[in-house]
Amino acid sequence: MTKHFFARQHLNQLFNVLMDSGYQVVGPTVKDGAIVFTELARVEQLPWGWQEVAKPGHYHLTPSRKNLCFAWNTGPQALKPWLFKPEQPLWQAEQTEQGLCFRQAPAKVTPIAVVGLRGCDLAALKLQDQHFIHGPYPDPYYQAQREQLFIIAVNCAQSAETCFCVSTGDGPAATHSFDLLLDELEDGYLIGVGSEQGQAVFQQLTLGQQATIDQLDIAQQQLADASQQQRHMPDEHSLLKLTENLEHPQWQDVADRCLACGNCTLVCPTCFCSKQESTSDIKLQQAEQVRLWDSCFSEQHGYIAGKLFRPEIRHRYRQWLLHKLANWQQQYGRSGCVGCGRCISWCPVGIDLVAEAQTLLEGSPHESAHR
Amino acid sequence: MPPSKLAIAIHKLTSCSGCQLALLNQGIGLLDLLEQVEIKHFIEAGINHFTAEVDIAFVEGSVSTSEDLERVQHIRQRSKLVVSIGACATSGGIQALRNLSDENWLQAVYAKPEFVSSLQHSTGIAEHIKVDFELWGCPITVSQLNHFIQQLLLGSKPKPSGEKLCMDCKRQQQVCVLVTQQAPCLGPVVRTGCGAICPTFGRACYGCFGPSEQPNCDSLANRFAGLGLMPIEIAQRFAAIHSHSPPFKDQYQRWQTIHVREVE
Ligand code: SF4
Ligand code: SF4
Ligand code: SF4
Ligand code: SF4
Repeated sequence: MTKHFFARQHLNQLFNVLMDSGYQVVGPTVKDGAIVFTELARVEQLPWGWQEVAKPGHYHLTPSRKNLCFAWNTGPQALKPWLFKPEQPLWQAEQTEQGLCFRQAPAKVTPIAVVGLRGCDLAALKLQDQHFIHGPYPDPYYQAQREQLFIIAVNCAQSAETCFCVSTGDGPAATHSFDLLLDELEDGYLIGVGSEQGQAVFQQLTLGQQATIDQLDIAQQQLADASQQQRHMPDEHSLLKLTENLEHPQWQDVADRCLACGNCTLVCPTCFCSKQESTSDIKLQQAEQVRLWDSCFSEQHGYIAGKLFRPEIRHRYRQWLLHKLANWQQQYGRSGCVGCGRCISWCPVGIDLVAEAQTLLEGSPHESAHR
Repeated sequence: MPPSKLAIAIHKLTSCSGCQLALLNQGIGLLDLLEQVEIKHFIEAGINHFTAEVDIAFVEGSVSTSEDLERVQHIRQRSKLVVSIGACATSGGIQALRNLSDENWLQAVYAKPEFVSSLQHSTGIAEHIKVDFELWGCPITVSQLNHFIQQLLLGSKPKPSGEKLCMDCKRQQQVCVLVTQQAPCLGPVVRTGCGAICPTFGRACYGCFGPSEQPNCDSLANRFAGLGLMPIEIAQRFAAIHSHSPPFKDQYQRWQTIHVREVE
């Protein structure tokens, strides 16, 4: 990919071109002590000079060494809530003189340009596309917003302590699904084009020159630095063996700690479960059906035909871990984990998915037979 | 459509009267509600007919005095459905803190304790009569109450929900205060209903809506200890609003007996 360089002070030109092309710019900012994706009007709102310290059950921001705007890795959410909304009205019904009248809730979409997505986020996007668009029941709400999406990805120049995308093969480089790609250098940005849409925006930028060999080397070195990660998810083949350990004592061990609070699933960029609720006005003239984010940790999620199929916390943790790491492989052709580490840092009691998977595999009867 | 309006009564035992306000606070919506229900008894709104027979009796307040006990039994006899509303009626309320006291606190608080006549314990009404449905919260909300009535009007069985507050907190995309501030948030063991008000304002959940489904209080309390809370602070955290509900009471008892001595 050919890359161009532009100086830091020209970043706002990219914002201006995007806005002039009709996009609402969405990107990272500092809010309530975390990196949060929100609508942005100016580049000044980006998280200049901040990076995160993420550990199991812990997240805080700390000043970064240099005044960069992408020196962080993740926040609690990135793209997921913009496409798969936490609350999505599905239909409304109204009592009329002719009887009940049903209306499908319209998809409320605007063209959005999302700045700052990482390799892991894009891998998650691909999985969500597979589920919401290419599955047997395409979701019109997701699809409508997905078609109006412009992506400016960023190559990671560092990893947080919780990142393990190298072991899942999804980072730290962004390699697909973007329109434009940035590398953040000390004095400016390298920019590369990933699509026709991206090319159209790129052409309107009046700045920049072809990147020098030195600049390209620095970008390569940054990626190499980001690849030094502390956590490593076992490979997909090994993960399949998790399903042979359904009665492993570790399931109870983790259930003693797990709150079944669902935080891991709701911050996970690939999780897609939902439930539906109906409401009506007190006069019973109007009703609405709403789809809400749900989780396999909720009691009602496993309630089928009068029976709770996952009555205990150990069953639910087992469902989450086995589905994500093993059964997704049959369903979507790969593990459902892209190595972003969100479920580790946002778990209130600091349960570490990677450590749990490793422990469960260590005790595997299958493994020990080979020893 | 039901053939006639639902007859309802709103009763009060020992309580602050805040939950009854959920009916009055809906402003213009109250007129819509009155098209569906007929209020037979509601002293706060000036309707006093305690002995009326009703389809639904909403009961606010805990059983705290012998009069409360007598009244709640009368209520049961005259009502098809009894619904407890609020922390007091569901789990004894804040006044149930006295259940945890073994000293003679009456002497400590009142100049003339002999004038105070109350039962030894403050309890939720389900410990005394059959309760058909519980609306948790301190106080309950307008939408919670109306949603319950709508379900009955539509002829469906009201659906209980014990969903954990974290679910609602995350749907609203609030940043977790436990993870970012090490604040002792009760959200993972508390039911939804409030709209995650406290995390929205950067505060840890106090537990107004009571224990959720499958509350793993042992683990959360251990986490609080790991965050540096003293045992007595953990005990008080769980005892704040629903101290008489079994899962929270267990934690109170577990932690309040652990004494910390300073090392010389
Ligand atoms: S399972 Fe955890 S680390 Fe993997 S993608 Fe989901 S949140 Fe990220
Ligand atoms: S998991 Fe990888 S791609 Fe995602 S933020 Fe961390 S280093 Fe970047
Ligand atoms: S693993 Fe952690 S975040 Fe997930 S449900 Fe259990 S306690 Fe909650
Ligand atoms: S702030 Fe409290 S309620 Fe919200 S996710 Fe964190 S622990 Fe749960």
